[in-house]
Amino acid sequence: MNSIALPLLLPFAIAIGLLLVRSAVMSRWVGPLGSLAMLVVAVYLNFKVQQDGILTLNTGGWIAPFGIALVVDYLSSLMLVVSSLIAFVIALFANRNLPDDIPLSRFYFFFFTLNMGVNGAFITGDVFNLYVWFEVMLISSFVLITLGKKKAQLEGGIKYLALNIMGSMLFLAGLGLLYGKTGTLNMAHLAGILKNDHQAILMNPSSVLFFVAFGIKAAVFPLYFWLPSSYHTPDITISSLFAGLLTKVGVYTLIRFFTLFFVQDQVFWHNLLLIVAGLTMVTGGMAAATYYDTRRILSYHIISQIGYMIMGLGIFTPLAIAGAVFFTIHNMIAKTGTFIAAGLIAKIKGTYELKEVGGLYRQNPLLAVLFIIPAFALAGFPPISGFFAKFMLLKAGVDSGQYLITAIALITGFFTLYSMIKIWNEAFLKKQPEGRETGPGVKLQFADYAPLVILAGASLLMGIFAAPVFDYVMQAGDQLFEPSAYINAVLTPQLP
Amino acid sequence: MNSVILQLASKYVRGLLIIFSVIMLVRGHNLPGGGFIGGLLAGLSLAYKGFAFTQDIVEKEMKVRPEYFMVIGLVLVFASLWPGLLLEGTLMQGVWFTIPFPFTEGYKFGTPFLFDIGVYFVVIGVTVLFLFSLSEKN
Repeated sequence: MNSIALPLLLPFAIAIGLLLVRSAVMSRWVGPLGSLAMLVVAVYLNFKVQQDGILTLNTGGWIAPFGIALVVDYLSSLMLVVSSLIAFVIALFANRNLPDDIPLSRFYFFFFTLNMGVNGAFITGDVFNLYVWFEVMLISSFVLITLGKKKAQLEGGIKYLALNIMGSMLFLAGLGLLYGKTGTLNMAHLAGILKNDHQAILMNPSSVLFFVAFGIKAAVFPLYFWLPSSYHTPDITISSLFAGLLTKVGVYTLIRFFTLFFVQDQVFWHNLLLIVAGLTMVTGGMAAATYYDTRRILSYHIISQIGYMIMGLGIFTPLAIAGAVFFTIHNMIAKTGTFIAAGLIAKIKGTYELKEVGGLYRQNPLLAVLFIIPAFALAGFPPISGFFAKFMLLKAGVDSGQYLITAIALITGFFTLYSMIKIWNEAFLKKQPEGRETGPGVKLQFADYAPLVILAGASLLMGIFAAPVFDYVMQAGDQLFEPSAYINAVLTPQLP
Repeated sequence: MNSVILQLASKYVRGLLIIFSVIMLVRGHNLPGGGFIGGLLAGLSLAYKGFAFTQDIVEKEMKVRPEYFMVIGLVLVFASLWPGLLLEGTLMQGVWFTIPFPFTEGYKFGTPFLFDIGVYFVVIGVTVLFLFSLSEKN
């Protein structure tokens, strides 16, 4: 199955092309078309997985566990589809919205290397290879933050880089321990070894290091500080890209590691995950409520939502894991949607400060509708995607007797609703404050709305057609909960 | 920096570093070395003159921007992925062939070596670019 490598080769080839040809006109086309091609490949792989089961590729012809295996299962192909969709939407948004002092060809070069890193993290079946993709992501995202060359961006970028490099080092240390103890880094092989080993509890030092490393990447409770101090500094295009992709890769790796091979010592780990999840939800939600800058509200809000995904992992039943997966994809779409809406508000009004804007509902009802769909999706209103995702998590929580975390999740829902209503009231319903400038008053074209229309539509469709999505994520949850299919698919030698 | 010793040494050391970097690159498949270390050494040799004199001289002498080294390297890396797919059926699979050379068994050349050469060029480009941007006045 050589086509598995396409999600990596495609952005790589496009990035090289963008280095060779640096014309802005070309990049304007290459960006959306390239990411659309990635989306097509991802959808193809998704269908292929549903047809043929787990797909694997032993790169270089070295049979697993000796070579690097690329593996696409239900979860990773779903993540590929959603992340490519986000990439496509952001490319459309960037064409219209990126300021003139950032050259488009340069932006798209790092955009595609970032996407290569994200795709690589989703499809690799090797722990060290995963580390490499994390580094690719880290370097590209650091350059993207500082692309505008403003002082605040450099400051935010340094904070981002410093904490994330710490995470990478802990990752590397955990990886070293893992390799020293088991002698392999192939995920399926690790799962096979650790499952049948009664001393597997000795892997805890390694798994703690991994947990902290991925916790930094995913921005969970005590480790999230890099996120709110960096996400509001770059251009909103880049913030929306990060909001949709970066932390979710951390969540994906947490789900992958803690369902596939760090499954020993469940009492300790699942309690820890639940405690972290609860604190992440509450602190993120409360911090979001205190701000009046849309970007800051939404940044803290990312953190609060990460808690729900970790909660699903902590409850650890097939329904809970499926709920976490559903929540992750719903959140990627809705969160990017709200960021883009914030960008459009700022384009009309010239500021992100909620106290200085108002009257948008009268001025631009279409934008109001397009904002309210992803915002209410995040708050969990039926019939939009967030309702079903939250419902699955809460039901799983009640079913397994985890009442405390379920209650916290419900209460956090009110915080979410509060901050979304706050943006809605301040920006759309309230009258334009007197004495403040009404902003540049840019007339938005259809092309400005297009990215938001796609995301709001996706969010609505995921809610209305929740049944097929539910079936799909349940299959993904079952596959994660019962990893023997994954292990067999990777470790059974195949003929080319 | 204005040191006569460094300026004089740079003349000889640079050539040695380039030769050494190529040796590192070639032996790297099974022994310590390879594209990354070789590239660092070669990049260092270019930077050496910059330390001894000024950056402008090196930039003039190089004639191409360091970015193009990266492009060449990335293209070589990308090219090295495909022969395995076409000839052996798996992406990135090593394809080796022997170039006959008189009085020896011949020289073995393969796609992993092409990959290494690509890495070599990328690392040269990156190193020189870093050193240039760090030593800029503004």
